[in-house]
Amino acid sequence: MKFTINWLKDHLDTKKNDNELIEKLTDVGLEVESFENLNSDLDNFKVAKIINVQQHPNADRLRVCDVDIGHQDTIKVVCGAPNAKKDLFTVYAGPGSIIPKNNMKLTVSKIRGVTSYGMLCSESELNLSNESDGITELKSNEYSDKIGKNFFKNTSEKVVDLSITPNRPDCLGVRGVARDLVAAGAGKLKNISSKNIIKNGSQKIKVSIIKDKNQGCTIFGSCLIEGLTNKESPKWLKEKIKSLGQKPISAIVDITNYVMFDLNRPLHAYDADKIDEEIIVRNSKKGETFEALDNKKYKLNDDMCVISDKSGVLGLGGIIGGTRSSTEINTKNILLESAYFLPRSIRKTSKLLNIDTDAKFRFERGIDPQSIEIGLTKAAQLITEICGGKISKFDIQKTQKQEKNKIKFNISLFEKITGFKVKDKEVIEILTNLGFEISKKKLDLDLKIPTWRPDITQPIDIVEEIARIKGYSNIETLEPEKTRIKDTLNKQQKLFHFLQRSVASKGYFETVTWSFTDSKINNLFKENLKEIKIVNPISSDLNVLRNSIFSNLTFYLKKNLDRGFKDISLFEIGPIFKDRKPGEQLTVIGAVKSGKVSRLNWNEKDRPVDVFDVKKDAIQTLVETGYNRQRFFIRDKSPNYYHPGKSGSVYLDKDDLEPIAYFGEIHPNIVKKLDIKTEGLVGFEIYLDYLKDHKIKLKDQKSNFEYSDYQKSERDFAFVVDKNYKAQDLIAIISSIDKNLIRSIKIFDVYEGEKIPNDKKSIAINVTIQSSQKTLEESDLEKINKLIITTVESKSGAKIRS
Amino acid sequence: MSDIKKIKNEYLNKLDSDLNVEGVNLIKTELFGKNGQISNYFKKLGSLPNDERKKFASDLNSIKEELQDKINSKIQEIETKEINSKLENEKVDVTLPEREINQGKIHPVSQVIDEISSIFSEIGFSVEEGPDIENEHYNFSALNTPDDHPARDMHDTFYLDDNKELLLRTHTSPVQIRTMLNGQPPFKIIAPGRTYRSDSDQTHSPMFHQVEGLHIDKEINMGHLKGCLNYFIKSFFEVDKIKMRFRPSHFPFTEPSAEVDIGYELKDGKIVIGEGDKWLEILGCGMVHPNVLKNVKVNPDKYQGYAFGIGIDRLGMLKYGINDLRAFFETDYRWLNHFGFDPLDVPSNYRGLSR
Repeated sequence: MKFTINWLKDHLDTKKNDNELIEKLTDVGLEVESFENLNSDLDNFKVAKIINVQQHPNADRLRVCDVDIGHQDTIKVVCGAPNAKKDLFTVYAGPGSIIPKNNMKLTVSKIRGVTSYGMLCSESELNLSNESDGITELKSNEYSDKIGKNFFKNTSEKVVDLSITPNRPDCLGVRGVARDLVAAGAGKLKNISSKNIIKNGSQKIKVSIIKDKNQGCTIFGSCLIEGLTNKESPKWLKEKIKSLGQKPISAIVDITNYVMFDLNRPLHAYDADKIDEEIIVRNSKKGETFEALDNKKYKLNDDMCVISDKSGVLGLGGIIGGTRSSTEINTKNILLESAYFLPRSIRKTSKLLNIDTDAKFRFERGIDPQSIEIGLTKAAQLITEICGGKISKFDIQKTQKQEKNKIKFNISLFEKITGFKVKDKEVIEILTNLGFEISKKKLDLDLKIPTWRPDITQPIDIVEEIARIKGYSNIETLEPEKTRIKDTLNKQQKLFHFLQRSVASKGYFETVTWSFTDSKINNLFKENLKEIKIVNPISSDLNVLRNSIFSNLTFYLKKNLDRGFKDISLFEIGPIFKDRKPGEQLTVIGAVKSGKVSRLNWNEKDRPVDVFDVKKDAIQTLVETGYNRQRFFIRDKSPNYYHPGKSGSVYLDKDDLEPIAYFGEIHPNIVKKLDIKTEGLVGFEIYLDYLKDHKIKLKDQKSNFEYSDYQKSERDFAFVVDKNYKAQDLIAIISSIDKNLIRSIKIFDVYEGEKIPNDKKSIAINVTIQSSQKTLEESDLEKINKLIITTVESKSGAKIRS
Repeated sequence: MSDIKKIKNEYLNKLDSDLNVEGVNLIKTELFGKNGQISNYFKKLGSLPNDERKKFASDLNSIKEELQDKINSKIQEIETKEINSKLENEKVDVTLPEREINQGKIHPVSQVIDEISSIFSEIGFSVEEGPDIENEHYNFSALNTPDDHPARDMHDTFYLDDNKELLLRTHTSPVQIRTMLNGQPPFKIIAPGRTYRSDSDQTHSPMFHQVEGLHIDKEINMGHLKGCLNYFIKSFFEVDKIKMRFRPSHFPFTEPSAEVDIGYELKDGKIVIGEGDKWLEILGCGMVHPNVLKNVKVNPDKYQGYAFGIGIDRLGMLKYGINDLRAFFETDYRWLNHFGFDPLDVPSNYRGLSR
């Protein structure tokens, strides 16, 4: 919503200066986006100095000038003026400028093969004089410090630009803004000057509102103005239209626009001679078409509110008029429309057809249904003043009675909500200034709501009115109470928080990527989840919700590899989506690692990252989170985006059905498809939703501290087992032999090759044996030794390696 | 007697000379071995007359001790010398780089969420969450934003079905609805999380983060709202004083509604919060609309309170001097390293938000 302060003063009698008014606007909730001079065409004309002049290579009469326009570099301008010479101060017009004399718009152009950026102007071109032989010469002593400055003083008024919230249609007109300022004590509201206009004769074009289902129009007011002469608008009106940031068109169009922005009363003018007999306001039928004033053809659906005549649709009521009945400069007779359209109907139609106009914007938010006649009067008066013509009597068709809404307001509600008090007298004054009609009954106020405030429907709205006019600065700042109702974080949130920092502490950079991704990449990682399409994606490569965090992680990993990074560790903790209903999502940690360990290291040999790097990180993270490593169970099953032989899944317990984590090398096919170039690419995922609550809590008392000081013994074994045999099973067998004596089991070598059959491998194990009752004798040790060998051999089919 | 003294002096002298460990061991054998000189004297003890024996035994023992001490200290001396000379050759260049530790980083958004949670925890708020996918009802209708409300146009919504029934939440406000539907007042919660709008340019990202706040009880008014936000802003920016301005505004789910500006000044091209005469809009808030309370079966005649919504990313940008919102989500390793936080820097009440 744009206007000048002077326009505001058409309605507001005030002693406040501009800045005070601007501040008041903000205080009452009309947010000031800007308060600036309108960009004038004349701002394009700059004081310039010619630095150098050269002969044009291809034209005798042209010269190429290097011109200083206050920028860092000079620019080249081709000039034919004989007086263009070095060190001359003159006026430069850049590309985009409009030359006052002939309204020509400048562009960057090639003149005989040399590009010219703008032009140097003669006095006649600037409408300064008739001097057209040569460019303007400015006195160097006056202009030497003004290079690059505007040549013309900007005389245009400053324009206020308000950002009006959708609840305040009344402030989409200057008068509504003035009314708010009056209520806030900025002055007095001026009466609308209503010189009596003479209305002669009836409105001869019949208007009818058809009683269609969901008819979008409830009032249609109109008048005929006959025998007028449409013309260019007078200067004052042009200025107003320009201050809105719009282009003046003709007096009739400009006046209807002016009244809309002045009183928030949209109007429409039809060329009365183009109307076929009568005006029929009705619902459209599917397939009807018409050409709108935006020069587009629209095909209508059923039940859109249209203004039509005998021949068909003239316009979409309250949204846009049509070309068939539009006014032109030679229009002689007009029908002026001032109507009320229901917001819901306007919104539905404009959404379907994707049309946005100033009228639509206003009707959609709710226009004052009682402004029909005020609007007709003001527009008709201005039109006859400027264009002449005779005004008919007003014809008002109505399908329902308009009554003012009423509210009972208990004044005590105000303090209850805002925490501060305003005197009853002041409450009444504020509401009266805002246009409420009030009758007081003890503590209750009976309020009639002004018809321009469709947003006000209940007592809480009245609280806001009083509060904003009185000023939010009156609200106290109360110290916050520190009472807590519930723990800050629940179990799952604590887990999230802990895991996040646990993974980061292992050298991973946390990233946050979008919850959507490219379906092509997502397909590589979605396993058996459903693809969830976004109907209106921001771009075609962000068209699905992610089924895995890996799609984005690998995408961005590649970007960083392309930046020249090699050894990258990235992770994200966030949602992945199983399906498209609320709640069908999981919280997952995804982590990827590329390149090598110990690259370019002076004391350690480098190697590519591998599955055991990420296994370590995943397992250690879970251990830090409080889960018991001894109970973990690893399976070699994992989703298909992992390397089938170099990946696994982690179960908190052997009997669990759901794994809580996966780890492994990313499938080489995927690495190839994504064109990722690195020595190694591994990753892991942890599913927070599958992590069970700990049975033993940190707050619980710990078990008794028991320890043994008896001598420990270590024994080494090497078992030859089938190649596919799992080390985890071997350890399980040994640890179950004697839980009291076997304290720890470590695998210190795995060997395949010479001296071992092709389908076998050798696993070397170190077992620590210690009793808590006595020092073990050689014979005890020998016994347990033998037991380990026989048990392993019988349960696993292994052979001890001699 | 003089014989053994002679032996003693002879060997003490020997032991003073430059010997290696083997040399010392040889001496040890010569003295205390099976046929060692001192051993032989001990063997003779039995043949001495009683009166001499006692004295001789005592002398012999003290000489033995003296020699043994000498031997031990000599061995020690040699060993020390040997180690020292060995160390001379073992010197390393300690200015060579240490073994590598890869330091991880926490994303600024996560750090800021933790800071926010920590601050609100101090004044009794708990953290709630809601799904990223919402239905139309929770995201709009229940929040007093019916389908024909123009305020919906201010949310460029991503839809997941053609009926526009399922969508990506455009704000964290639906968590208010879910929380209130699932519980009984009083409510005192914050809800940080991801939010989505189909808007993408220099200052808008199709995904961003918000934190919702909600406090409903019997007598919670706008003064409490102002106090709470004043406390939060001061704590978050870790300044003693803050300039804050409430401006009337409009959100369908609050009434009265306000936008909150904080004062700032520009210093060396960076925004400094707290002082200065410029205003920066940082959040929207208001008293929860009675219609919203009715929608979640809370009696608006009995209960009232406030709600607010703050852009988390923007708070982070302001506090940590980050200029570009879009960079938050572009996973540039250099950016993450530069703006990320050490995972050990956990914001907390007792330790403070930051180092």
